[in-house]
Amino acid sequence: MTTTTRPPTPSPAPARAGAVADVARITGLVVLTGVLVVVAFASITLGTRGVGVSTIIRSFTDYDPDSTAQTVIRELRVPRTIIGILAGMALGLGGALLQGVTRNPLADPSIMGTTNGASAAIVVTIMVFGAQSLHTYVWFGFLGAAAATFLVYAVASFGREGATPVKLALAGAAVSAGLYSLITGIVMTNLDALNEMRVWQVGSLASRGWPILHQVWPFFVVGILAALVTARWLNGLALGDDIATALGQRVARTRGLVFVIVTVLAGSAVAACGPIVFVGLVVPHLARAICGPDYRWTLPYTLLLSPILLLAADIVGRLVMRPGELQVGVVLGVIGAPAFILLVRRRNLAEL
Amino acid sequence: MTSHDLRAEDLTLGYADVDIVSHLDVQVPDGRITVIVGANACGKSTLLRGLARLLKPRSGAVLLDGKAVQDLRSVDVAKVVGLLPQTPVAPDGITVADLVGRGRYPHQGFFRRWSPEDDAAVEAAMEATGTADLAERPISALSGGQRQRVWVAMALAQDTDLVLLDEPTTYLDITHQVELLDLLTDLNRAHGKTIVIVLHDLNLACRYADHLIAMKSGAIVREGAPQDIIDADLVSDVFGLSSDIVPDPVSGTPMVVPRGRHHVATPAL
Repeated sequence: MTTTTRPPTPSPAPARAGAVADVARITGLVVLTGVLVVVAFASITLGTRGVGVSTIIRSFTDYDPDSTAQTVIRELRVPRTIIGILAGMALGLGGALLQGVTRNPLADPSIMGTTNGASAAIVVTIMVFGAQSLHTYVWFGFLGAAAATFLVYAVASFGREGATPVKLALAGAAVSAGLYSLITGIVMTNLDALNEMRVWQVGSLASRGWPILHQVWPFFVVGILAALVTARWLNGLALGDDIATALGQRVARTRGLVFVIVTVLAGSAVAACGPIVFVGLVVPHLARAICGPDYRWTLPYTLLLSPILLLAADIVGRLVMRPGELQVGVVLGVIGAPAFILLVRRRNLAEL
Repeated sequence: MTSHDLRAEDLTLGYADVDIVSHLDVQVPDGRITVIVGANACGKSTLLRGLARLLKPRSGAVLLDGKAVQDLRSVDVAKVVGLLPQTPVAPDGITVADLVGRGRYPHQGFFRRWSPEDDAAVEAAMEATGTADLAERPISALSGGQRQRVWVAMALAQDTDLVLLDEPTTYLDITHQVELLDLLTDLNRAHGKTIVIVLHDLNLACRYADHLIAMKSGAIVREGAPQDIIDADLVSDVFGLSSDIVPDPVSGTPMVVPRGRHHVATPAL
């Protein structure tokens, strides 16, 4: 190091490498948007012969109830695909926000108690009221997820420093374990609960139609929009609580607010589809591998990559076991685990 | 640079049940370099964290221009007081330019995002710290000395009149320690920044400080210009070390030469 200081004279402005990278990143987002459109189209039209954009539009504008293709598209495929897109976005962003706010690379909404909270609420519902239809579970699942996340945050907030990343991780593990015992206890003694849990426990987009979409879409939309404006906060928090405070952030308040957003995102996803793992854990890492650690880019990339992954896995699940189908949760686990291991081996993901 | 008045009045700071700093009054001299020294666990880092409002006072207050910092908006304080903590963490894969840019946080808002002014501040900060050539390099690929200059650049990009640094030389070899302290002196002289540093090395502290604060057990033992306050009694009191004080042959400032149990060839001065 010989050049310690130089007078701040205006140097001839070099073509800023950062600007070039920005253009590449924007191009990437445009490409991913295109991919998402293609995957969504495939999800809607898969297995129906001779269906094009015009059939999809006609099934809404000029619906012919006698046409099986139109009915399938209108009543099953389109709502399923929309839920897939929204749930994918919510899961991915939920994971990205949680990883950012806890600086824990393995954070995923499920380790913060959401999954087990929703499951516990649903088995308790079944135990008290008996088995219900899928869309009745939505509210209970949502409330359970929210209550569990709140509990985790409250437990972690004891003590002077408030909810630090380490305490959050520990509280999440403890609450999840406690809820899991509760679930197991009920399921072992209640056959209805066992049967319903057996199906619900594997996240799936199957038989998610308009009723469920009507219930949860406002939560998805609010959560997703709120998540997208947290990038600046997450960028500050990524430098540690001390620097974030020195930069003028109110760390405790920011962390609490981000947690509320994560609860809405993860709660609505788990309520709509059941627990779907891996999207929240893997996609933010994938996004970082592509666009770097700046959340102003990581979040939009996660927003697009997550539904692509979820819909693609759902399509694969529908293809491999025709005429039946494999739940998207299972497919994601089977594809996701090796993919994640590969990602971990290629890059050192750790420090957030 | 506008002048600012950062001071602590009857300040008590602590963790859990223990008071680390108790009933302390101190004023940071405007436009000068202040260095805080003391033995391990004397409360010097705690005081710095208190001044940077990272710790809430148990009692008393930290006042910025006459107002308690806890009552001011956090972003407003962040436009005046910057801090470099002892072991800052950088996210994996972050580039120098991105990291330095994050210092601009308090100048941006919900509706006011990245501006040409931010670009100019980042560029100036990297120029001043000699890190402009590293702009697109990831932090993880830098040496310790380079990395520390990047963190200083981030604090500079924040564009505050006061910069507080907690043991910024800790993991640096002697060359880079001197280089960093020279850089901070440049910032003080050329840009008029008020600088407060917690330092371990007493001799570097004596050389670079305009104002030296010696702490022991959470209280200030003595403060003033190094040549006015440093003597063998003070070193013995604050560090529990027997020493001779000689003039630094390079700077003329006091130099502390420790007298250990071995290799002592001359009687005490």
